[in-house]
Amino acid sequence: MGYTAWILLTASLVGLCCGIIGTFLILRRMAMMADAISHTVLLGIVVAFLITRELSGIHMLIGSIIAGLLTAVLVQWFHSRGVQQDASIGVVFTTLFAIGVILIATQAGNAHLDVKHALMGEITFVPWNIVNVPFIGGVPEAVLMLVIVLAVTLVVILAFYKEWKLTSFDPALAASLGIPVVFMHYVFMSLVSVTTVASFDAVGAIMVVAMLITPAAAAYLWTDRLSVMLVLSGGFGILSAIAGYYIAVWLDTSISGSMAFATGLVFLFSFLCSPKHGVLAKAVRPHARHAADKEAA
Amino acid sequence: MTLLLSPNTQWVLLSTLILGMAAGMIGCLAYWKRQSLMSDALSHAALPGVVIAFALYGSKNLPLMILGAAISALAGAFFIGWIRSSSRIKEDTAMGMVLSVFFGLGIMLLTIVNRSAGGNQSGLDGFIFGQAASMVRSDVYTMLALGIIVMLVVFIAFKEWKLYLFDPDFAKGLGLSGRWMNAVYTFVLVLVIVIGIQAVGVILMAALLIIPSVSARYWTNSFKWMIVLSAVLGGGAGVIGTMLSAAGKGWPTGPFIVAASSAMFAVSLLFGAEKGLVVKAVQLRMQKKQLAESWTQHAAIEEAQ
Repeated sequence: MGYTAWILLTASLVGLCCGIIGTFLILRRMAMMADAISHTVLLGIVVAFLITRELSGIHMLIGSIIAGLLTAVLVQWFHSRGVQQDASIGVVFTTLFAIGVILIATQAGNAHLDVKHALMGEITFVPWNIVNVPFIGGVPEAVLMLVIVLAVTLVVILAFYKEWKLTSFDPALAASLGIPVVFMHYVFMSLVSVTTVASFDAVGAIMVVAMLITPAAAAYLWTDRLSVMLVLSGGFGILSAIAGYYIAVWLDTSISGSMAFATGLVFLFSFLCSPKHGVLAKAVRPHARHAADKEAA
Repeated sequence: MTLLLSPNTQWVLLSTLILGMAAGMIGCLAYWKRQSLMSDALSHAALPGVVIAFALYGSKNLPLMILGAAISALAGAFFIGWIRSSSRIKEDTAMGMVLSVFFGLGIMLLTIVNRSAGGNQSGLDGFIFGQAASMVRSDVYTMLALGIIVMLVVFIAFKEWKLYLFDPDFAKGLGLSGRWMNAVYTFVLVLVIVIGIQAVGVILMAALLIIPSVSARYWTNSFKWMIVLSAVLGGGAGVIGTMLSAAGKGWPTGPFIVAASSAMFAVSLLFGAEKGLVVKAVQLRMQKKQLAESWTQHAAIEEAQ
């Protein structure tokens, strides 16, 4: 495969993974938790690097899962000690992120790991970093990692689809039916962490938030069915990834920045033009607004 | 040490002190409005404005960049409000979207400006993580003036803020316009964010608002003392962080200020006089002891009977 094809494939995989995870993030009202985890994953990667002195997939994955779970646990712990939920998110992720940046600046600053790369990603380097996979041949490491993460995510979500649905929409009912809600919460946080770290190379720590939240929010305006929303959100993710790449080529600018911007365009279009929840539809048909209001109430 | 005593460093220290104090005070307002993460979204949203201002002027001009940052942050605030009020998207999702999409746009523009401006880019990358050392005297004056304005706004209208935050209905009954207070609140929040961007950077600016106020909450139940303490903690963190980051060449200021702030938070969490973990543990133990004593007394009395 050619250079551009690999980049497009990587970007699409990022869009797809993030879109699927993002759907549940929106429904569970944990958008800002994703923001927090995407920042703290940096600390996990840096510590994994400082311990093993190499930037390989599996170490980064383990480091990121630990960092993501640590974030989730700390936020929950402070919240249970009387700190407001969003303030405790703010304290935890800024602290862990600052420690990560300080470690990079003072300890790990070298060609392999620098702050800018971690924040903005370097998708243009992805095709150069090839690993050999039996039967298939040379595949970029980032693509391999994304495929594995996507497969794990799909298996975990499809195998327990009903449980995810129930815990997302009605956690109290799920708990009363004996579904381990807390355990699933932490499994989900782990999925968010691994998705973030797999997308890290391509889009960096902050733009991954755009890929996670925005396509899913756009999909949320088009449909009321979870399965349709999952498909739409993944599709929007791929669409914005590819559109972002071409915008970046056209303007000769940062690919990850353009991908984030493209998700914004997709959302803006949905926000204005969606038939049921769009601003224009509501302006044209007052009864649509009425229906939506009633639903919100 | 000689570095710390140079007049320029002293000016920078003064400006991070004032910045930390102003951010600590506004952070308390944000805490009680339950909008701590709003400050995070708005500080990220300021990036495109900074870059556009830079591109239009051609070099670093702080007042112009502050204006750009303010416009772009207010646009972010407007989008968050609009999305929340006219669709079924919740506020936290709207904040996450505005934060990341605006930041992405900022990075796009930054890359274009960096490419076309060639070597003239110094100081622009500093807006992501903050580079207090790159500040010149006029920047410090601008920051001082705006920081003092912010503090005065909180100080003068203290009674109004208190009413507005804790009993909005009563405030309305007294004729205090909620819409006006909201506007002033957004204005000072954006102001403190944009003056902090150069020293701390867009990514960690929110920490300056959130951490000192949460720490102060562990020491007192009084709103007035919370603001005072938060200002002291924020100012202290600003000074300590700036000094630490001056120790290494090219070390970013923002993360060190945040780390200093977090250390203070850890101390407050453990030893805070009102809600600290140690204090609570001691209280619990004393209660248990008292209870045990009263039980043994009880038992003794019963036995005597």
